[in-house]
Amino acid sequence: MSKEHEHGMSLIVKTVTRLTVGLIFLYGIYIILHGHLTPGGGFAGGVIIALSFINLDLAFGGKVSAGIFSKESTGVVEALGALMFLALALIGLQYGGFFDNFLHPDGEPGGLVSAGIIPLENIAISLKVGAGLFGIFLTLIVLQKFESESKQ
Amino acid sequence: MNAHMPYILCLILFCIGIYAVLSKRNIIKIILGVVIAEYAVNLFLILVAYKAGGRAAIFSTTEHIAPQSMVDPLPHALVLTSIVIGLATTAFMIALAIRLYGKYGTFDITRMRELRG
Amino acid sequence: MIELYVLLGLMIAGAIIAIEVRNLLSAVVAVGIVGLGLSIIFLLLKAPDVAITQIVVEIAAVILLIRATLHRDIATKPCSSRPFGGFMAVLFLGLAVVAGILTFDGGLNPFGEPLMTVSEFYPLNAVAGTGATNVVTSVILDYRAYDTLGEATVLFTAVVGVLTVMRSRGRTKEEDLQENHE
Repeated sequence: MSKEHEHGMSLIVKTVTRLTVGLIFLYGIYIILHGHLTPGGGFAGGVIIALSFINLDLAFGGKVSAGIFSKESTGVVEALGALMFLALALIGLQYGGFFDNFLHPDGEPGGLVSAGIIPLENIAISLKVGAGLFGIFLTLIVLQKFESESKQ
Repeated sequence: MNAHMPYILCLILFCIGIYAVLSKRNIIKIILGVVIAEYAVNLFLILVAYKAGGRAAIFSTTEHIAPQSMVDPLPHALVLTSIVIGLATTAFMIALAIRLYGKYGTFDITRMRELRG
Repeated sequence: MIELYVLLGLMIAGAIIAIEVRNLLSAVVAVGIVGLGLSIIFLLLKAPDVAITQIVVEIAAVILLIRATLHRDIATKPCSSRPFGGFMAVLFLGLAVVAGILTFDGGLNPFGEPLMTVSEFYPLNAVAGTGATNVVTSVILDYRAYDTLGEATVLFTAVVGVLTVMRSRGRTKEEDLQENHE
């Protein structure tokens, strides 16, 4: 056994996770980008993306996913999502009001590029929800575990 | 059968959650009670929005759907935000429970009171 | 709608099991049953957006509850409820159910006939007004975007609260004094 298998769950879980975690991530992106056409949207898609990182974390042990996406970067991404949402709302002030849909007649209803700023707002909310949830997960679980291991 | 039967079952679910909050000693059980009560509130809003024989509030490009046949979309939007807020507050309650466990070494709220001071 | 009643009964049974079972892991799994039944009910009630969100949030909540609390060694001795308080709680909640039934008969539309005076505007005008074919998304991100802004604020506050409560070491008295001198 190589050193990689010392942390996390068994080899079966790791192999299945390696095959499926990309698909879960892709499904989250699909849900976000089609939020204005089909069921779903920024909330559900953001939580799905956070769950794909959580899946990596549970299968491979804490160090892998915390290496891809550290606690500091979750804070930065969450703030970026919030700022993007607020910026879209503030640009609307130029055109008539807070949260004015200034891009609106930009495509046929039903196409991927339609509905004005709603897809952009979906992306902002998904960044915020996904990074916030993954930051909570890292704080509550992974870092706690490191702490209790270093005490022993 | 009463025309309000789903609402009554939903109220019973809410009361089960409140019962757990009022009478249990274990902090994890109290968190579970809050989660169950929150689910019951979300369910009540969605039940209010349902229209018998209605369709989901999504238009299609290939098929014409009459707007009058749709269920009420407004409570759906409110519940969508409420669910995510519920997850955030649950996480905050878990953080408080972990801190209390670290300080007192127990999840029993009555013994936390004895150890005060 | 017989399946609705079956699922509601399953949810109530799951909730009672979650409250009364001694093993905490079983309790958390029973709450998972309640959440998944809720997700299927949302699907039956024609709310697919809410169903997707509910199922993913339920998974995340169960993972958080199990991994954050139950990997510690908890003393498994029974954690009884307070008998007098429990009796009073049952009494008052029973009264609340009776009052709720009376109120429902007086003021609420029957199940399946919503009061659409405010919200019939949204299906009629959403596609022309915003261009989104999903009416729920057009409500949360266009007509009622302030609501979403408030939700983002609450989420941010919760994240900040978790980070503050869970920080690994606080400031000591000496550091405070040193800073004051500077």
